[in-house]
Amino acid sequence: MTTLRHPLMQVRDLSKMYGARTGCRDIDFDLYPGEVLGIVGESGSGKTTLLNCLSARLEPTSGSVIYQDRTGADIDIYQASESRRRLLMRTDWGVVHQNPKDGLRMRVSAGANVGERLMAVGQRHYGDIRETATDWLGRVEIAEDRVDDKPLTFSGGMQQRLQIARNLVSGPRLVFMDEPTGGLDVSVQARLLDLLRRLVTDLGLSAVLVTHDLAVVRLLAHRLMVMHQGQVVEQGLTDQVLDDPQHAYTQLLVSSVLQP
Amino acid sequence: MTSPLLIVENLHKTFTLHNQGGVVLPVLKGIDLTVNAGECVVLHGPSGAGKSSLLRSLYANYKPQQGQIRIRHDSDWMDLVAAAPHEILDVRKKTLGYVSQFLRVIPRVSTLDIVSEPLRRLGIAAEQAEDKARALLSRLRIPEAMWSLAPATFSGGEQQRVNIAHGFSVNYPVLLLDEPTASLDAENRQTVVDLIIEAKARGTAIVGIFHDADVRELVADRLFAMQAYKDAA
Amino acid sequence: MNPQQETTLSGYNFAYLDEQTKRMIRRAILKAVAIPGYQVPFGSREMPLPYGWGTGGIQVTAAIIGAQDILKVIDQGADDTTNAVSIRKFFARTTGVETTDKTARATVIQTRHRIPEKPLTENQILVYQVPTPEPLRWLEPRETETRRMHALEEYGVMHVKLYEDIAQYGRISTSYDYPVQVNDRYIMAPSPIPKFDNPKMNEMPALQLFGAGREKRIYAIPPYTTVKSLDFDDHPFEVQAWDHSCALCGADDSFLDEVVVDNMGSRMFVCSDSDFCSERREAGHQSDGLPQVVVAQAAE
Repeated sequence: MTTLRHPLMQVRDLSKMYGARTGCRDIDFDLYPGEVLGIVGESGSGKTTLLNCLSARLEPTSGSVIYQDRTGADIDIYQASESRRRLLMRTDWGVVHQNPKDGLRMRVSAGANVGERLMAVGQRHYGDIRETATDWLGRVEIAEDRVDDKPLTFSGGMQQRLQIARNLVSGPRLVFMDEPTGGLDVSVQARLLDLLRRLVTDLGLSAVLVTHDLAVVRLLAHRLMVMHQGQVVEQGLTDQVLDDPQHAYTQLLVSSVLQP
Repeated sequence: MTSPLLIVENLHKTFTLHNQGGVVLPVLKGIDLTVNAGECVVLHGPSGAGKSSLLRSLYANYKPQQGQIRIRHDSDWMDLVAAAPHEILDVRKKTLGYVSQFLRVIPRVSTLDIVSEPLRRLGIAAEQAEDKARALLSRLRIPEAMWSLAPATFSGGEQQRVNIAHGFSVNYPVLLLDEPTASLDAENRQTVVDLIIEAKARGTAIVGIFHDADVRELVADRLFAMQAYKDAA
Repeated sequence: MNPQQETTLSGYNFAYLDEQTKRMIRRAILKAVAIPGYQVPFGSREMPLPYGWGTGGIQVTAAIIGAQDILKVIDQGADDTTNAVSIRKFFARTTGVETTDKTARATVIQTRHRIPEKPLTENQILVYQVPTPEPLRWLEPRETETRRMHALEEYGVMHVKLYEDIAQYGRISTSYDYPVQVNDRYIMAPSPIPKFDNPKMNEMPALQLFGAGREKRIYAIPPYTTVKSLDFDDHPFEVQAWDHSCALCGADDSFLDEVVVDNMGSRMFVCSDSDFCSERREAGHQSDGLPQVVVAQAAE
């Protein structure tokens, strides 16, 4: 085969049990640099559990998550020290939560929300931090004169875009997104999706995107995993899975989508 | 040139409808097809013969159950049936183009961006990519005033021409065309024929479906008949 | 001033706390000294004063004070305010130790909200009363999380606070309890001292102990330890400065309190450190044009 790139993330036999109940089970995949992986399934199918396990926020019952850092070293996420893990989380990774309140500091200004990651890695020049933050507000289509306003005064769509800026400002290589277009109006959703799509392409980001919205994954994800009762029932190229679903559950999922 | 760029061997494709009593619909059975550089092979047969399914399988949009689709990618051969998703995406980025029947419209993305995107994905500078996109759009008679608009509100013919411009923006070594001239007027149909002939001259291997007999006549080097396979199933 | 000798109360252990409790507190202090700036939890006792009156500082003082010590207690720099008087009296009556107003004479100084102007020596211990020991608390309400942040040196949020100041006021407006980094490691709340006093903490020859009674935390800065006030490259740390000098002693290098002297709103600025001010006056210093009062414009 021609492309012998090393996976950015390797997931092996990953399972998370809640007592006797299955969160997710026997998950196995590689994520390559620049790849956007969509995880779809109905609520309760284990997709958010899986996302949390991948993003070092929920220790799995068994299995491993291996991430290749900027130096090319493979890090076994749950074997690594907590400080190493947390450093990754605020430099190499980003997490976009469904509810912006989980991902933003609602009581500090938009500028500080975006600047926090820069300060966390040791930037100590106020003027530079503010300039970078303002630039990022522009990139996520928030007016520059809102830089000192608190996210509490923002609309849902703006909060979500601010959350994206806050995550991307540190130049992460991998972004985890949990229903990023969740509680948004359709028109606002379209704008956010377009923005995400552009940023992901322009920055060459890798991403893991959890959603129940097949239109969202068709637009954003290169590759798709379909989850059902904690297990991956089908995975492959996004358009292949959506246009030629093999598994009964995927066929049901695809055929259940209402066409506008 | 007679160097093959695409070799299909013993390709089988069935649809199993799990939610409709597990009905199995065979579509392709034992397809063998070789397409050489600079050659245009037109899939021929009545509707329902599996022409579109074959084309979609060649693009790895459909997943065959058996067989091989080997494509010359970079300097190697890759089997699209067995390839991993990221490998297929790499083939689609550099080697394999596809003009579908309908344009999948993305909200808010301008026509110019849609057409130049495949070039930019190859790492070509935005300005250069847009120059090529503009040239293609002019050639296909999309008025300049529309370039900055998202094609959601365009007519069917306009959308199809944007789709063609998108498909022809990169000089892919292998190109799949699914009725690219279906909803076009005579003038634009001629432009598409010209584009195809130019691509062939560059050495592009083309597999297409053309219902329009005139167009077929102009571009086809040979027909690939598909009736029998369905009957055999 | 003469040291006041109080009658020692009978029926109480020396310095009120029982010996086991003092040992427990001393162990916490030792650990705090060993890890400069780290907040050590301790079993804070109920004291015969309400929380907020310095129960943390009192327990630290009680654990370290000996019969030979000379104690000074200040509140906002003054020896004669209610809080200082009560605590001084408390120790005088429960220990019988000598007390003083003179910074230079004291071996143990318990303070609320100030560091004396006169440089301290290796033979002195400064005990701070701390209301809120956790500098990260304003942004992170979870104790488990702030502890983890300290453990992993995740201190980005501290600069978020300073950033917000500059964004809102054009400069770092935090003027007291200004966060510091101790020994290049732990971020620490210096208690609500004015930031004017922050530079005094750096490389101080005296041992500095911090007690938070309600929050049950003790932390420390050993003698000669680096203490840095957080700032930005383009907004460096600065202490307050006044256009006036002290209206009584003429000092232009001490922390000044603004005192309203009449119903018209006339004000004067005087040293907040009362001992420092009176010592200067005893030494013959005085204000240039006796005493400077800023007279309010007569209101109609």
